[in-house]
Amino acid sequence: MCSTCGCSQSDGTVTIQVIGSGEHVHLNGDGTVHHHHHDHHHEPHGHKHHHGDHHHHDHDSHGHHHDHDHSHSHKTVVDLERDILSQNQLLAERNRGYFSAKNILALNLVSSPGSGKTALLEKTLADLQGKLPFVVIEGDQQTTNDADRIAATGVPVAQINTGKGCHLDAAMVQQALHSLRPPEEAVVFIENVGNLVCPALFDLGENARVVIISVTEGDDKPLKYPDMFRDSALCLINKIDLLPYVSFSVERAKEYASRINPHLKFLEVSATQGTGMDTWYQWLTKQRGSL
Amino acid sequence: MHELSLVLNIIDIATAEVHRAGGGTVTEIELEIGALAGVERAALDFAWETAVRNTVLENSVLTIHAPLGQARCMDCETAFTTNNLFTACPTCGSYFCDITGGRELKVKRLILDQEPVAAGSLHP
Repeated sequence: MCSTCGCSQSDGTVTIQVIGSGEHVHLNGDGTVHHHHHDHHHEPHGHKHHHGDHHHHDHDSHGHHHDHDHSHSHKTVVDLERDILSQNQLLAERNRGYFSAKNILALNLVSSPGSGKTALLEKTLADLQGKLPFVVIEGDQQTTNDADRIAATGVPVAQINTGKGCHLDAAMVQQALHSLRPPEEAVVFIENVGNLVCPALFDLGENARVVIISVTEGDDKPLKYPDMFRDSALCLINKIDLLPYVSFSVERAKEYASRINPHLKFLEVSATQGTGMDTWYQWLTKQRGSL
Repeated sequence: MHELSLVLNIIDIATAEVHRAGGGTVTEIELEIGALAGVERAALDFAWETAVRNTVLENSVLTIHAPLGQARCMDCETAFTTNNLFTACPTCGSYFCDITGGRELKVKRLILDQEPVAAGSLHP
């Protein structure tokens, strides 16, 4: 059940809310979207149906008329060769087109829980606000805690609660973009659900994926979760101020990650102390310049 | 458990194909899931069992082809098979290798059993 309006949404339903707007959207598995505005009376809920791709009766093997008076069944072999994630891929490409048309730099931030993604964003927004237009999309299974932290910096933010879902997908990001309407030339940070496994398979339409690991984790994380490192452009090694207290080897972590992705770049930062953050800002500026 | 999302996507694809064919059920389905596709077979099987209930895939026979991981060394051009993303080249020891196969994630084929066709009906 939706905890805000009490409508009969199951726990597995995805909820998207723009912090500070009093509005949220439910995205259902069947492609319908429920819009809710809690600051005024409810209109009857509209259902948008996104399935525009069925009922194409274009098969050429059934052009005959059945005029005999018995019924029968028959087997048809359909050679599909269709990518299982083709629908997500399609929506990701639409998002990519949207970003491209508006000259937006979109970054998908992935990591395990607790590596400091939100702290990194808070510091970045505090330091660069006013210099670049930012918009943030937060992904978590539950709570608006992270989005509330971002909202406190004054940057527009939408929270996607995936319910039981372990990753963001392109449809959720598309819906969040509809709600947020980022301006031209913006930098859109998409903070994925803290999980080093599942988000790897789901293209969101981002320009680049940034993987964050912290020195309080094992330096063999890249070998344990190779998929996430394989397709990332940048690896931020966070919490380097804690290096004296842990057995994490920065060199070993880099070496392992480079085995999986020889093109991966590394930056060492401490979001809380500000160490190395200027190198991250330079990387951001360069990415934006190369759009 | 992104395997559940994958299964839900497979159900969507199969359902759309059944609609397209004018109804019926799927008796057999063949998937191609490469060894390096990032899919845990046990998790997929578990998700499959629960997710296909009351769908067109409920009673279908599932076959999964699992092509091996293929890599090519970018330093010495050696091609080799691997079951992970970070194997050193067996010839020169370089980790600078391209994954050339094993990341497939596809619905290859469906076999549909179409419902009995009512007398005199016309397939468009």
